[in-house]
Amino acid sequence: MTQPPPQVSAQTTWMLAVRDQRDRDAFAALFDHFAPRLKGFIMRSGTGSGQAEEIVQEVMLTVWRKAGQFDPARAQVSAWVYQIARNRQIDVIRKENRPLPEELGEAPEAEPDASQVLALEQEAAQLQQALARLKPDQREIIERAYLGELTHQEISTQTGLPLGTIKSRIRLGLERLRHELKELR
Amino acid sequence: MTAITHHVPDALLAAYATGNLPEAYALVVAAHISLCLECRAAYEAHQVGGGAVLETVGAEAVSEDLKSNVLDLLDAPYRPQPTYPRAGVYPGPVMEALKGKPPSWKSVGLGVRQSILSSGRDGSVRLLYIPPGQAMPDHSHNGLELTLVLQGSFSDSTGQFGVGDLEVADHDLEHTPTADPGAPCICLAATDAPLRFRSLVPRLLQPLFRI
Repeated sequence: MTQPPPQVSAQTTWMLAVRDQRDRDAFAALFDHFAPRLKGFIMRSGTGSGQAEEIVQEVMLTVWRKAGQFDPARAQVSAWVYQIARNRQIDVIRKENRPLPEELGEAPEAEPDASQVLALEQEAAQLQQALARLKPDQREIIERAYLGELTHQEISTQTGLPLGTIKSRIRLGLERLRHELKELR
Repeated sequence: MTAITHHVPDALLAAYATGNLPEAYALVVAAHISLCLECRAAYEAHQVGGGAVLETVGAEAVSEDLKSNVLDLLDAPYRPQPTYPRAGVYPGPVMEALKGKPPSWKSVGLGVRQSILSSGRDGSVRLLYIPPGQAMPDHSHNGLELTLVLQGSFSDSTGQFGVGDLEVADHDLEHTPTADPGAPCICLAATDAPLRFRSLVPRLLQPLFRI
């Protein structure tokens, strides 16, 4: 029996349809998936339901407006959305402007390398399983870190998530992008 | 450009990626990532952890009209946030802190100049300009100090730091960074407390210069 070729996730497919075709149905599917998760995530830090929904609205609009920056060879959709959500939370709740690194300048590859995208998705899925397998108190620490509730000192004593192979995958994606940028110049 | 050899330690990078760092330190880390592909990869990897938490932390039903509100707003005009590209030796996040203008240098003596980018309860961050061969006033600090080299280089008891290198110093380290010969050294430096200078005169001047 032949296995069907592995496919990229529905979320990545929707996100690329939003990025490349400005597909509103795909955006609606992303909304259905992420809006309730975002609301739950934001309320975990003590934000009320009304303000949480205002933040969810801003995050989802940013997903639509900044879709051109999404690069599946470097980021999984949920990681990209997480980053947008934390930026927005910091702006709204701490009333600070979060300093962010420079964007890389050029648009991501139009035709991403499917094997790189798949490999990154598999790593991310394994990480999610590793998180689920942690003891509840350990998982709680990781969740609180990602919710922005720990100081730098508290983070330096926590047991980290296994990010090593993900790092090297993302580095590959970045190096390919940098190589392409050089060719363009 | 020589290769970057002093990177952001992983716990600090994790604190930045998860939005746990005060703004002064976050600016230095964002500036380093702008110059360093290796730390950018590590930063984006930490976001994958954030994605995993977002997927698993538990959903809350949203109001019925939230989706239609958002869909109605997709085509609404909006004002994009201004972006600040790198200018000369200053990475984008530094240009943003400078609001796109060149630094306004103030002399602090011995040829050293500073330009304060922000100073508040949670820390301060400034640009420092140190002439070649000049030592920073002898100092120790109350807390964490991050120093990113943007031009030239400096050396102290822990090693040499060139463009893109980040020095992480805590209260245990008593050090005297000295700018190397060549171009003046320009650094981006963040502290969570005013620097304590050892010699008398700089200490008297501290309130005046906010150092």
